Amino acid sequence: MRFERREHPSASLTLLAPIGAVLAALVVAGLLIAIAGANVFEAYGLILKGAFGSRLGFSETLTRATPLILTGLAAAVAFRARLWNIGGEGQFYMGALAVAGFGMIPALAGLPAPLVILLCLIAGAVAGMILLLLPLGLRLKFGVDEVVTTLLLNFVAVLFVSLMIEGVMKDPLAFGWPQSVPVPREAELPKLMARTRLHAGLVIAVVMALAVWWLQARTVFGLRSRAAGLNPRAAAFAGVPLGRTLVAVACLSGGLAGLAGAIEVMGVKGYVTTDLSPSYGYSGIVIAMLANLNPIGVIGAALFSAVMFVGADSMSRALGIPSYIADVTVALSLLTMLVALFLTQYRIRR
Amino acid sequence: MSVLLDILGSVGMWEAVLRIATPLIFGTLGVLLCERVGVLNLGIEGIMTFGAMVGWLTVYSGGDLWLGMLAAALGGAVFGLLHAVLTVVFGLSQHVTGLGITLFASSFSYYVFRLAVPTSSSPPTVEPFRAYPVPGLSEIPVLGPILFTQTAPTYLALALVAVLAYGLYRTPLGLAMRMTGENPHAVDAQGIDPIRLRIGTIMAGSALMGMGGAFLTLAAFNSFFPTMVQGRGWICVALVVFALWRPGRALLGALLFAFFDAFQLRLQTVVDGVPYQLFLMLPYVLSILALIAMARRARVPQALMQPYRRGER
Repeated sequence: MRFERREHPSASLTLLAPIGAVLAALVVAGLLIAIAGANVFEAYGLILKGAFGSRLGFSETLTRATPLILTGLAAAVAFRARLWNIGGEGQFYMGALAVAGFGMIPALAGLPAPLVILLCLIAGAVAGMILLLLPLGLRLKFGVDEVVTTLLLNFVAVLFVSLMIEGVMKDPLAFGWPQSVPVPREAELPKLMARTRLHAGLVIAVVMALAVWWLQARTVFGLRSRAAGLNPRAAAFAGVPLGRTLVAVACLSGGLAGLAGAIEVMGVKGYVTTDLSPSYGYSGIVIAMLANLNPIGVIGAALFSAVMFVGADSMSRALGIPSYIADVTVALSLLTMLVALFLTQYRIRR
Repeated sequence: MSVLLDILGSVGMWEAVLRIATPLIFGTLGVLLCERVGVLNLGIEGIMTFGAMVGWLTVYSGGDLWLGMLAAALGGAVFGLLHAVLTVVFGLSQHVTGLGITLFASSFSYYVFRLAVPTSSSPPTVEPFRAYPVPGLSEIPVLGPILFTQTAPTYLALALVAVLAYGLYRTPLGLAMRMTGENPHAVDAQGIDPIRLRIGTIMAGSALMGMGGAFLTLAAFNSFFPTMVQGRGWICVALVVFALWRPGRALLGALLFAFFDAFQLRLQTVVDGVPYQLFLMLPYVLSILALIAMARRARVPQALMQPYRRGER
């Protein structure tokens, strides 16, 4: 058996790859559900019903997709330039913490809400940027691989959040629970649907996906970041300033992940805890890969993950299957997607 | 100052160093093996989680402690095989595949754990490995309790360092492995199949990672709970760079690291006014510093992260 590279990977195959990957992941996860002793079709039916079956479920799915779109974009823009930002989780927390900290400034009280929201979003994005620029600096200056440093910084970031919310940012009214002071009312994102948690963050996330698509498809920066990823040496020969391009990519990627954290605090929680993120940062990596690093595709992949997470929660309550099945399915779909992409690029010959 | 000396002078502290180092030794040797044949294995964090879970589950359902270690090793090898098929046979991105393995292996572990223990406020415990004082040697003053009153897997980890150091540098197989990490074409020209060698080595390395995880639930603690690996796998990946891909230095790195960890644990209890989170950050910050210190000196295996396909350059 050997593999032969396809000269022209067909467009339809490339589009089918994520669908095939998701189906394969669902089949394997179905086996795990069956082993646990439940009816697979009933389980998947309940997942769909939980995610779409009611107004509340549907709004929860969209609420859950919001941070996932942003962390997915964060990973997608970085991976495209071969910047291995695995630190989305930490950047998410720094963005969240920055909003809570920024909200403590007394001068904000008199400002109009849209301005406060804008400033808070910027604060969150900048915090995420800083946490990614650190490991990028180490790579550019000392040649330290950013995969491991960004991974390690995730743990440092969560501990830093814990330090702050048990220290200077602790909410004195939270009955001793370690949580930050709430963000000011002016910084709360408006709701999109009454009596649900769905908030304007979803619009911001979708606009960001479109903006990233435009940046990558229509600007010099997009071309350069792609060239830097495809072949850094050739790109350098062609006059692409590698260092500067990577810094810009890191600002965008870290900024998006920080924005995800900021929006989650401003739209859903209102304050920061150390369990704010059910690993949104890591899921973002899966979502970016499922989308084949395409910013518009990220929206679809984030929706798929959100359906799994929200649906599995309600399915779990009904059938007693651990809701970790959602994490298993999403993680599996990353592996199956890698294989599917491979099959679009290679032919298997006997 | 006398507080510091008290800590450094206590036998308990030095005994803890070797205990804390053990999972890191297993894990670091595992990563080292994979990278020596040219494959980055970021699956380690998930494989350690799976080893911790399956080792615990085996003993919890009535198996022997060593059966638990074996199950963890086999489980690790299976995930290693998956990683090898995707990265070596298909030549997929080693970064992304490894992360995928980690996400899959850890969520799968939590799923199986929740199936086995549906509801629990406190995780069920097992009877862990007891310290096994080596007859005679454990009676040496000071050194005896520190080096020779450990649990059996710790002795195994130390023995593995010697085996790997000898195997990698003094045997034909070790030479072939190192060569595969440098230049797989040359290995192929010698009539050795670098693809098979890579697959086998990744499975062996992943088995070690699984055992490192099992040490956590079967010796260091006595129960399993989600997120218990706490980035130890990533620390091992950093330690391999610190070790310059040599088993002896890997042991040194793990010990040095464990020393700081044991030291900060004891310091936390005596130093007032410093938030405990700063102490907990120390291991991760130290790993990053170790990476910076070694980045210039590191001589990375030349074929690391380069898939090998026969007849392709």
